[in-house]
Amino acid sequence: MLDAVWLIPALPLAGFLILLAFGRRLGEPGAGWLATVMCAGSFVATLVVFGGLLGEPSEDRHFVQILFQWIPVGDLRVDVGFLADPLSITMALFVTGVGALIHLYAIGYMHGDPGFPRFFVYMNLFIFSMLMLVLGNNLVLTFLGWEGVGACSYFLISFWFGDEANASAGKKAFITNRVGDWGFMLAIFLAFAAAGTVDYLALNEGAGGVAAITMTAIGALLFVGAVGKSAQIPLYIWLPDAMAGPTPVSALIHAATMVTAGVYLMTRVNPILAAGYEWVPDVIAWVGAITALIAATIAIAQNDIKKVLAYSTISQLGYMFLAVGIGAYVAAIFHMITHAFFKALLFLGAGSVIHGVGGDQDMRHMGGLRKYLPITYATFIVGWLSIAGVPPFSGFWSKDEILTAAWASGGTQGKLLWAIGLVTALITAYYMSRQVYLVFFGERREDDAEPAPEPEAESVPVAAAAADAGGHGHGHAGEPHESPWIMTLPLVVLAVLATIGGGLNLPFGDDLHVLEHWLEPVVGENELPIDLSGATQAALIVVAVVVALCGIAAATAVYLRRRVKAREPEVLAHAYYYDEGVTRFVGGPGTRIFEGVAWFDAHVIDGAVNGVAHVISGFGRRLRHVQSGFVRTYALGVATGVVVVLGYFLTRIRF
Amino acid sequence: MIAALDVTPGWYLVLGSLLFSIGAFGLLVRRNPLVMFMCVELMLNAVTLTFVTFSRMLEDTGGQSVVVFVLVVAAAEVVVGLAIIVALLHKRPDATADDVALLEG
Repeated sequence: MLDAVWLIPALPLAGFLILLAFGRRLGEPGAGWLATVMCAGSFVATLVVFGGLLGEPSEDRHFVQILFQWIPVGDLRVDVGFLADPLSITMALFVTGVGALIHLYAIGYMHGDPGFPRFFVYMNLFIFSMLMLVLGNNLVLTFLGWEGVGACSYFLISFWFGDEANASAGKKAFITNRVGDWGFMLAIFLAFAAAGTVDYLALNEGAGGVAAITMTAIGALLFVGAVGKSAQIPLYIWLPDAMAGPTPVSALIHAATMVTAGVYLMTRVNPILAAGYEWVPDVIAWVGAITALIAATIAIAQNDIKKVLAYSTISQLGYMFLAVGIGAYVAAIFHMITHAFFKALLFLGAGSVIHGVGGDQDMRHMGGLRKYLPITYATFIVGWLSIAGVPPFSGFWSKDEILTAAWASGGTQGKLLWAIGLVTALITAYYMSRQVYLVFFGERREDDAEPAPEPEAESVPVAAAAADAGGHGHGHAGEPHESPWIMTLPLVVLAVLATIGGGLNLPFGDDLHVLEHWLEPVVGENELPIDLSGATQAALIVVAVVVALCGIAAATAVYLRRRVKAREPEVLAHAYYYDEGVTRFVGGPGTRIFEGVAWFDAHVIDGAVNGVAHVISGFGRRLRHVQSGFVRTYALGVATGVVVVLGYFLTRIRF
Repeated sequence: MIAALDVTPGWYLVLGSLLFSIGAFGLLVRRNPLVMFMCVELMLNAVTLTFVTFSRMLEDTGGQSVVVFVLVVAAAEVVVGLAIIVALLHKRPDATADDVALLEG
């Protein structure tokens, strides 16, 4: 059964190739169904492999399938091979599972779009790339998938490229990712130079045998790559703009696939992190914690329904990195899974809302939609309670596990991280409640569509909304309407998953730590042990619940009951002016610096090269007059030479 | 009296170097291509003579076998060289070596 591993990425690849060749002929909705079936087939193949792994004893749960040798150069040997172990199969399960649901949803969402077949070409390629990233048994193959999802995110974010804002959002995502990829590439080179292999199993096994400083460097560089891909500070700026793509893309990129790649990578190489110095995990934890907090605060003041979710994604990813940094890998993966469920649910729900109101994304123009979109409303509520951390929804369990682990990691640092996580949880509950109240409760506010003085930074989503409307051929007029079953079915399935997903790893007793035991072969040795008393854990849970309820209560007072005036500071709406700052820096001093570099390149580097060439050609120009064409001159030269050589030898002879 | 003069190998060597010098001198001072060519031949044969002399002195047949090679090469060289010179003079009877300086840098 394990031999079916190759089928997992092969099916989406086949879908991609077929759609590339015959996509136009298949048209709508044939192309969408084909892509969905391929993705679902991949999910089934993953289930088969999953079953195969379950059949093995816990310590033998890794299976390597080498398809062929890819790059054999000297000592470097890179295979196209797949590693099926609990971690990669867990990832593959929700990538293909949630991916298939998003594909299904997209059939309805992209209805009537002229680029319908093209959209599914990219979607299948995206899933294929993500599966290569996850299943690859070495760093280079993962890098292939890593770049693949980067390229696909570019295609998909700027899917409606007719609008320049969308096109530049795609470019922004791609270029920001490249900054991080630089770290990933250096890490690969260093891993090969130091350990002589890029294979995960060999690398992780030999991690202890290589100098700690080298492992530190590899770990830190891989983290640079992860920061770019998973949108952490300082490279998070691409993710909010990535909302320019169609909503299913946002769900795919931000829930199930691309952004989780960084967390996956860090978990995959956990022995490398453990073999390096202590400061790398600490940095990871702090970057995660600060990102979680900052992104959550920004989400408070966003008015675009998708931007709120985008910042919340960044914030939740921050939680995952926090968990990775303190060594709570299981909690990180657990949160990644539940996040895949509830964030895909929220994004698809938001898409359903946008679809229902005819393309507008501004929450200030919504309100009272629960009457019009009952299924979307009900499922969105599940997503909201899940991300806000209300038991028994899945987000509560995974978030609580991260917070507990932070507390248990000890020392002032652990307590501080826990406190930041708790504050973030409070803010998360607040801004998500705000979103729910603004969108679904209150009165319908379509008419207050003030000629909104949109700040510059938000031009992208507005443009996307316009494109969204154009893409659907829906007018703005008319009653909001519920989406067709093809869109609500994935919502319902995801809502069920978001509700029960917490059952994967319940904190009551060792037997209920299903995910932990499942992942033990991969992370077991470096997993942070939780040695807290039952009472402490219970207290932490109570605190987390109270905090979540406080956040919801505060938002209720502000946005539902309107008892307190809403405070949405300008600085938060502008995301602390970070984006503007980057723009200003790159546009001003940055451009000047690089103009300087360009000058240096043109004059000093090129000057040196050209100078050498100039000297040599000048010398040659002079030398060529020696070749006069006069035979007798040559003869004289030869004769003189003979005399000189003879003279030299005669003076050296000792008679 | 003349018969009493003992012709030692040294004489041959002196003769060889004299011939070589005359040839070299002629090559440098004359401009008629045909004469220059003859001078080259003279130098070649001077060297051949030296080879034979040394071969005799050192009782080593290697020198003599080199001479055979030199003769063959010289014959081939005469064929090519003379052909060029004849062709040149046929076209311009008063051409000198300095007039054919087209192959300049």
